[in-house]
Amino acid sequence: MSSTSVKTDPSPPAPSEASNRVTLGWTNRLLARPEIGALVAAIVIFVFFLIVAPAFRSPASFFTVLYQSSTIGIVAVGVGMLMIGGEFDLSAGVLVTTAGLFNAMFCYQLGINLWVGAILSLVLCLSIGFLNGYLVMRTGIPSFLITLGTFFVLQGANLGVTKLVTGSVSSPNINQMAGYDSLNWLFAHEWRIGSITLSITVIWWFLFVALSAYVLQRTKIGNWIYAVGGNAASARAVGVPVTRVKVGLFMTVAFLGWFAGMHYLYNYNTIQAGNGVGNEFLYIIAAVVGGTLLTGGYGNAIGVAIGAFIFGMTSLCIVYAGWDPNWFKAFLGVMLLLAVMVNLYVKKLSTTRKVG
Amino acid sequence: MTETTPTPTIPLWQDVPSDALLDVRGVSLAFGQVRALRDVSMHARRGEVTAIVGDNGAGKSTLIRCISGIHKADEGSIDFDGERVHFRSPEEARSAGIETVHQNLALVEDLTVWQNLFLNREIVRGIGPVKLLDRGAMRKEAERMVSSLAVNVPAVGARVRRLSGGQRQAVSICRAAGFTSKLIIMDEPTAALGVQETARVEELIQRLRDEGHAIVLISHNFAQVLKLSDAVWVMRAGRCVAGRRTAETDGDEIVALITGARAGDLADEPA
Repeated sequence: MSSTSVKTDPSPPAPSEASNRVTLGWTNRLLARPEIGALVAAIVIFVFFLIVAPAFRSPASFFTVLYQSSTIGIVAVGVGMLMIGGEFDLSAGVLVTTAGLFNAMFCYQLGINLWVGAILSLVLCLSIGFLNGYLVMRTGIPSFLITLGTFFVLQGANLGVTKLVTGSVSSPNINQMAGYDSLNWLFAHEWRIGSITLSITVIWWFLFVALSAYVLQRTKIGNWIYAVGGNAASARAVGVPVTRVKVGLFMTVAFLGWFAGMHYLYNYNTIQAGNGVGNEFLYIIAAVVGGTLLTGGYGNAIGVAIGAFIFGMTSLCIVYAGWDPNWFKAFLGVMLLLAVMVNLYVKKLSTTRKVG
Repeated sequence: MTETTPTPTIPLWQDVPSDALLDVRGVSLAFGQVRALRDVSMHARRGEVTAIVGDNGAGKSTLIRCISGIHKADEGSIDFDGERVHFRSPEEARSAGIETVHQNLALVEDLTVWQNLFLNREIVRGIGPVKLLDRGAMRKEAERMVSSLAVNVPAVGARVRRLSGGQRQAVSICRAAGFTSKLIIMDEPTAALGVQETARVEELIQRLRDEGHAIVLISHNFAQVLKLSDAVWVMRAGRCVAGRRTAETDGDEIVALITGARAGDLADEPA
């Protein structure tokens, strides 16, 4: 054996003594974390609006922002995981509406308990998620195209079926029906504590983020999600069930879409058939601003949550600041571009810096 | 014609030792009209490096894919470790003790070295259905695997994206060797490496053999084959035309067998 090599001693020293390994400095390790860019951005925007929007400087406003963030954030949790797994779902926005419409109209027409409709609606959503995933994996067509198709189908069906059943473009009001009270509590309860209003969706959102972070970082499935997003062929070669992981991710998005749909339905008691169009991009923006890479294999749940918070904050603070809310989308676009560039820069920095 | 060559009187493929770890007999496989493998027989012994050589398209990769469970042979049998095996997936082959180092290495670049080493082999701990990844244990075990093979990898916590080609190859070999594998199949392990990195990987292969692993090596590099292997099998046009103990052959004979300038051991083969 070569004697020039430092590491060819047949009885090697303990790993800790190895001279050719280095530990990364804390700045490098921090920069390598996907959510760090989003966190910095969130703080900057937060301080900025504290200065320019006096109405934002109250606990009540903060909780309103949290609620607004949660409405996007819940679905974004799933979309973020799906993107880490290397796929897209453009149908998530309209699926939310489909879930609510189905529950409302099905129960109203048959006059049955709303719980039956809610559960059947969940089955329907999971089936759509499964179909998305199955078609992507079976055909090998990019998920962008498959879910674009599902998006149009659902958008059309939402309007078409609602018009057919109710004669209008909104679902019937369901607040007098059996099961309403418990469902309303579960999906749309609000606690008033002094001046602040805490919506149950905020708690659900935190719970889903925590669950997602736990699954991604601490479980086998999480490891597999990063692997299938990073390099599906390699993952398959070591026996990771790529198809099952990806189909599962599409179904996770569908589950969270259903959850958001339930919130809208039981919060407003009726749902507009045209709602939800465009929200799929908000979920993707939240994930990307949060440091998730479009190419998959990189990102985390906390980052996606911060991304959703940035969305909630900007959308409301523009109003608090007294600006014309029409500018919101332009602001969001700038945010997205900045986030993508920061992410690219940070990723480059953290992966090209030499070690050892 | 064969009597002029320094071959043993019994062709190697008929002279299967009783302790052969891998014994492939009469394996055939067709993809539609293409007969990728025709009646291939070969074997590999414990504690030896068994090389498979042949021109591009000779069927080397197809043969190892049959052994590692990616393809299923149409005909013939494969005995591994004394038992007849019928792998339906790479996973089954892996759990039987056959690890493959693929040409593309099968690493996930955005994951760390230890995550790659333990991908789909995760160490978990926990009670009942709640199973947590034991990251500490995996890191520690990965450190042990890497240092016991004397692999020059910067840190098991480094992402694979940072590693050089040789380091990636080392990680991939480490993964194959680190678990309870009996047979390690390597498809062109040094094809993309520089001189120094090649030397390191060759050293690694020798070390694995010395530890008692059986290794099946596909290589285009004759010097490497002659240096590393104990036995060599020559494939041509989907057939395994000859087998030699490396000590009883030389580069010229192997080249002649590969190109067909010299007939192999098969009686029915046209020269």
